[in-house]
Amino acid sequence: MTIGRAIVELAAGPKTKEAVDAFFAGNSFPIVDGPRITFVWRGEAEAVHLKHWVFGLPSSQRLARVDGTDVWHLTFELPPESRVEYKLEVVRGGHGEWIQDPLNPNLARDPFGANSVAHGASYQVPEWIRPDPTAPAGRMDEIFFDSAVFGRRSVGIYLPARFRRTRRYPLLVVHDGHDYLRYASLGTVLDNLIARLEIPDMVVALTSSPDRLNEYASNERHGRFLTEDLVPHLERLFPVEPQPQARCLMGASFGAVASLSAAWQRPGFFGRLLLESGSFAFTDIGDRNHRGPLFDPIVAFINQFRANPMAVAERVFVTCGMYESLIYENRSLVPMLQSTGMDVRYVEVRDGHNWENWRDRLREGLSWLFPGPLLLVYE
Amino acid sequence: MSPAPVILLGPQQAGGGHAGAVLRELGVTGPVALVTAGWQEREADDAALIAALGLPVVNLRLHARSEAVFAGDAPLTQAYKARQELLRHLQGFYRVRLDYIDDAARAISVRHVEPELLEQEWQVSVDLFRQIDSDHLERCRKIHAEFEDRWRLGERAIIARHRSEIAAVIGASAAVVIAGGHVASLLNRMKLFDVVGLAAGKPMVAWSAGAMVLTERIVLFHDYPPYGKAIAQVLDAGFGLAPGLVVLPDPLRRIRMDDTLGIARFAQRMAPSTCVAMGQGTQVVFEHGRILRASVDRLTTSGEVDRSWAGP
Repeated sequence: MTIGRAIVELAAGPKTKEAVDAFFAGNSFPIVDGPRITFVWRGEAEAVHLKHWVFGLPSSQRLARVDGTDVWHLTFELPPESRVEYKLEVVRGGHGEWIQDPLNPNLARDPFGANSVAHGASYQVPEWIRPDPTAPAGRMDEIFFDSAVFGRRSVGIYLPARFRRTRRYPLLVVHDGHDYLRYASLGTVLDNLIARLEIPDMVVALTSSPDRLNEYASNERHGRFLTEDLVPHLERLFPVEPQPQARCLMGASFGAVASLSAAWQRPGFFGRLLLESGSFAFTDIGDRNHRGPLFDPIVAFINQFRANPMAVAERVFVTCGMYESLIYENRSLVPMLQSTGMDVRYVEVRDGHNWENWRDRLREGLSWLFPGPLLLVYE
Repeated sequence: MSPAPVILLGPQQAGGGHAGAVLRELGVTGPVALVTAGWQEREADDAALIAALGLPVVNLRLHARSEAVFAGDAPLTQAYKARQELLRHLQGFYRVRLDYIDDAARAISVRHVEPELLEQEWQVSVDLFRQIDSDHLERCRKIHAEFEDRWRLGERAIIARHRSEIAAVIGASAAVVIAGGHVASLLNRMKLFDVVGLAAGKPMVAWSAGAMVLTERIVLFHDYPPYGKAIAQVLDAGFGLAPGLVVLPDPLRRIRMDDTLGIARFAQRMAPSTCVAMGQGTQVVFEHGRILRASVDRLTTSGEVDRSWAGP
């Protein structure tokens, strides 16, 4: 078992309360020491486990206790630039309770609550996700419209700060858009990238589904909702370019499947796709995937795509975390996409299936799909 | 070629202080005609610049005038937009070709063969870049020429009226000053109103995008785009008042000056034009179409940067 240097020093010293207090006062947690990370918890318990979502490592790992103290620890290798979300399970009276790491102020929120976040060496939270007082803020609205496919739906609308009716804008449609706003700082990111000329002014539609696992799983009705209801409606309401090059579909996980599937249903309608950690499950033989029946329609779709890959858009940005179970599916999809002649960019990072990973890729993805006027402006 | 000086500058510190000093050195005391069309909708936010220039100024308001033209001449506007869309498509196709040539050059450069052979292949890659740069520029020129032939901009009433007003302002001005900004927007507005034609014989002081549009070839570049890599690309032909020069403003933020191979390839690609990196405080002075003097960094075909190049 690997033991971190700080723990070795603690174990070798006096086990007094003062010494332990000094250890906690002298470190920030988890302790990152080059390529090693040490998780630490302090308290009385029967056992403490690290619970994380790093595919490839045991998802539950037991912390060891420093003899003669109430300090628990676990060290393993964490490659530079990694970002890992985790919780601690503290077992008392035979009952395990999952908690955020009380020693770590870094939290990542998601629809299920919040996880603690460990940053490997040289990972930095991008500065462009933070509000910039010099970046004019776009306007957010919520509109309602009646879809022939799904009935009444609400859609969030982002209009850039310098929005003018006399101009024409690209249209970005974001699956789980409200979650992107809440958990991936999408509004701030758009404001900042636009202000830095890294992406053009654009109109962004944030969609959210009341039944996403069904609607996003390569559902033909969802494709029709996008291409026959939503986009035409937005093109009537807003001055957006009615051109494939100016239309982008984006989503993460099932939202990425929904994006690719809608583009497949109507090739050439969306010229740009941004696919984050897509749940692109497939089989090489048979039609049952180990992921369960929710994935059956996805497997059918991806198998069909793999059998007959075709250019459905012009540019496709694909990204996936190396610590996701979906890395295999995404790596497998990319050569298929490339074989069609589409311009494909694939980015892997040391992160998991979570909103902050998807947030961190927005700059590269959006600016590659829609390069802003950065190359045209020389002040 | 204009006998009056054409002075190209780098980005302006404190709004336009260097340009103001250059105008004073030229002995300009009277009003100057100002072009800020590169600022697009912010065109009229010129108070700080005018204060820094320290002279009476009349802003030609080319962006606002172009909006008036587009609102008042529907057939022209439609054709203009179609032309711009065609140019955008061509620029995109050209970029795809550049990417493939770049990928091929990279793939060849790592082959384990004699260095002499790699050297030859390097030259082949540079020649391919030069060829598609040239083809792209020619296609752009052809599209502009056809558009001009078809629409005869100067004969359209609303444009003729604006040109007449602009001519009057320039005629009463001692010099024309062109600020930077969005280079395509600036180029198009200046073409629409034939500003360079109307300013013949007047001294011109221009910086950043303003300097780029006065050259023969406008080259877009950025070594640090957010998506990783951007190959320099020719945008369009400029007005040709600064022949033989490729202007690269703001090198501190945009150019990897220590990338010897990248600089060598770029300079070879643009040769025989001279590539100049124009930071703050730099200048190149033309008279009769020739460089009179310069104080600027020159990118050489060997990949070195010739600091404080003074001219040929």
